[in-house]
Amino acid sequence: MADVEICDVRKSFGATEVLHGVSISIPDESFTVLVGPSGCGKSTLLRMIAGLEEITSGDIVIDDEIVNRVPPKQRDIAMVFQNYALYPHMKVFDNMAFSLKLAKIDQAAIDKAVHEAAAILNLEDYLDRYPRQLSGGQRQRVAMGRAIVRKPRVFLFDEPLSNLDAKLRVQMRTEIRELHQRLKSTSIYVTHDQIEAMTMADQIVVMRDGYIEQTGAPLDLYDYPNNVFVAGFIGSPAMNFIAGEVRHSDGRAEVVAGDGTVLGEVEANGAAAGRPVLYGMRPEHFVLAGENEGLPMDISVVEPTGAEILVVGRLGGCEVQIAFKERHDLRYGQRIHLKPRPGMAHLFDQETGEVLR
Amino acid sequence: MAAASDLTRTEVGLFERLRNNRNFLGLLFMLPAGVLLLVFLTYPLFLGVWLGLTDVKVGRPGRFIGLENYFWLFEDSVFWLSVFNTFLYTVVASIIKFVLGLWLAMILNNHIPFKAFIRAIVLMPFIVPTVLSALAFWWIYDSQDSVISWILIEMGLIDTTIDFLGQPNSARASVIAANIWRGIPFVAITLLAGLQTIPPSLHEAATIDGATDWQRFRHITFPLLTPIIAVVMTFSVLFTFTDFQLIWVMTRGGPINATHLMATLSYQRAIVGGSLGEGAAIATAMIPFLLSAILFSYFGLQRRKWQQGGRDD
Ligand SMILES: Nc1ncnc2c1ncn2[C@@H]1O[C@H](COP(=O)(O)OP(=O)(O)O)[C@@H](O)[C@H]1O
Ligand SMILES: [Mg+2]
Repeated sequence: MADVEICDVRKSFGATEVLHGVSISIPDESFTVLVGPSGCGKSTLLRMIAGLEEITSGDIVIDDEIVNRVPPKQRDIAMVFQNYALYPHMKVFDNMAFSLKLAKIDQAAIDKAVHEAAAILNLEDYLDRYPRQLSGGQRQRVAMGRAIVRKPRVFLFDEPLSNLDAKLRVQMRTEIRELHQRLKSTSIYVTHDQIEAMTMADQIVVMRDGYIEQTGAPLDLYDYPNNVFVAGFIGSPAMNFIAGEVRHSDGRAEVVAGDGTVLGEVEANGAAAGRPVLYGMRPEHFVLAGENEGLPMDISVVEPTGAEILVVGRLGGCEVQIAFKERHDLRYGQRIHLKPRPGMAHLFDQETGEVLR
Repeated sequence: MAAASDLTRTEVGLFERLRNNRNFLGLLFMLPAGVLLLVFLTYPLFLGVWLGLTDVKVGRPGRFIGLENYFWLFEDSVFWLSVFNTFLYTVVASIIKFVLGLWLAMILNNHIPFKAFIRAIVLMPFIVPTVLSALAFWWIYDSQDSVISWILIEMGLIDTTIDFLGQPNSARASVIAANIWRGIPFVAITLLAGLQTIPPSLHEAATIDGATDWQRFRHITFPLLTPIIAVVMTFSVLFTFTDFQLIWVMTRGGPINATHLMATLSYQRAIVGGSLGEGAAIATAMIPFLLSAILFSYFGLQRRKWQQGGRDD
């Protein structure tokens, strides 16, 4: 149980700086997800928290103690690796017991702790096996078991689910969440998958190229993205962006797409007239309209997934995706008319990518 | 119609059967290698064993005398001395080669400056022809002009030159040292290759689990390295046990047979002394030892239960 404070942390490998001053505040008992595309520095940051990488500058504070120079074993953290890093020559029991044995805990207590963890993770039948005799999901659980037997202050996860098949991933997602609700240890979870981030996090930290783009609760990021990157990264299918400009007429502001289509009215305090903007609208925030009301779109692809129908076409000169929850009978080549839901549009500055509110 | 098609089918069948029979093809492809093995490995081996059962001398055909050579050897204290020397040489040199080689490999596995250069240096003794390095050692160990003696005298540690190869025990230590020098690269480089197959994340996981450097070596590195250690050490033992060149160039088995190994004694009796039969018998006497070393490693080497792809669940 601990809170973790990351203060203006930088990391360089040789001459290249890969983290450019990152600050995150991770409250006690929270589940924080670091999410971002591959290579943005998530693992590096996590490994710095674990003590596996040196900190070039800045501070990492666990429970009011600066741990920059504290070796990993004294940080009282546990980490689940992407490839699980199970000791291949040890049985599941010994894998889980290893840290306790090193800590010279007596055998009875070790047995108890391992069996408890195994019971939580449904591993009791496998304690006598070697890692190679387990399936991917079971190995994943052993890796988690190894972490939880120690009852650490902080759990670190580095893309623990990315080697599992889709179905198992969804299942393990829930299991990890349940585990967290049960153990309440502060958890920091790294993933490149925004769905994992959205479904699991109390707090999401969106990273790109060594910078933090935005930090917030999942739905806050979804509803109020600070910039084009976050808007496009969070949410699936991704938000549509249509290039256009803001025009004022009769004290109202409208966004007009490059091809002249009037996309809709916006509350445009900051959006000066004539300013090039990106009009962002999530696929699920369009509704089908009558022939004379909405914006015309010619359907080029229809993808029914069962739960929804995904329609791709061109709108305002840009390719857009629309998701309908209702089962409209739509076909390739058909012309439909769309209306954006009022108040759901996001406006971004085309140059800076920042949101215009 | 039916008869005709039956006929062709039989003809094709015979031909096709041979062409597609994996066992037949396997045998066919194996044949050249098999013949080579037979001619160059098996034949000399059996010839050697056969010679050991005769009293053949250089220039004189021998006759079969059964185990008489072995009875002689059994009574021969020089033979037993050579057996003792061989074991001493093999055991001491192998253990030291293993310890130093592992240590070197672990150093090289770390991030150190000039890594490639240092690796190249480590490999050096391996590249130098044995005879050449033996000659170099012969000079290093010279009773008058030894560099070692010279350095020690300069440092004021000793007064007179050391007669490295002149005294039985110092001669033994000296040839063992030379063998170690020569054998370390093989052990170090092979173990280094083994070390590099251990994923770094295992070390990281162990570090986070609270292992010290020594505990990581003891619980992760060493157990994961055992399969390769077994292979390397088997070869190392075989090479050392059968060593000939180093000894022959440096001491010829002297002084007073103190460094005679079974291989050098066999050569001396057979080629220098002309008693081919007796020499062959000594060489043949090495076979059981070598065989047991191989069997030991064969059973010791069997896949660990935890290894990938093992079948012994
Ligand atoms: N040991 C290293 N040496 C040099 N560069 C590294 C090292 N580790 C990571 N990097 C670089 O740092 C950046 C961030 O890597 P990483 O943290 O692994 O990204 P992520 O986990 O977000 O995919 C990448 O550009 C990567 O090439
Ligand atoms: Mg990563």
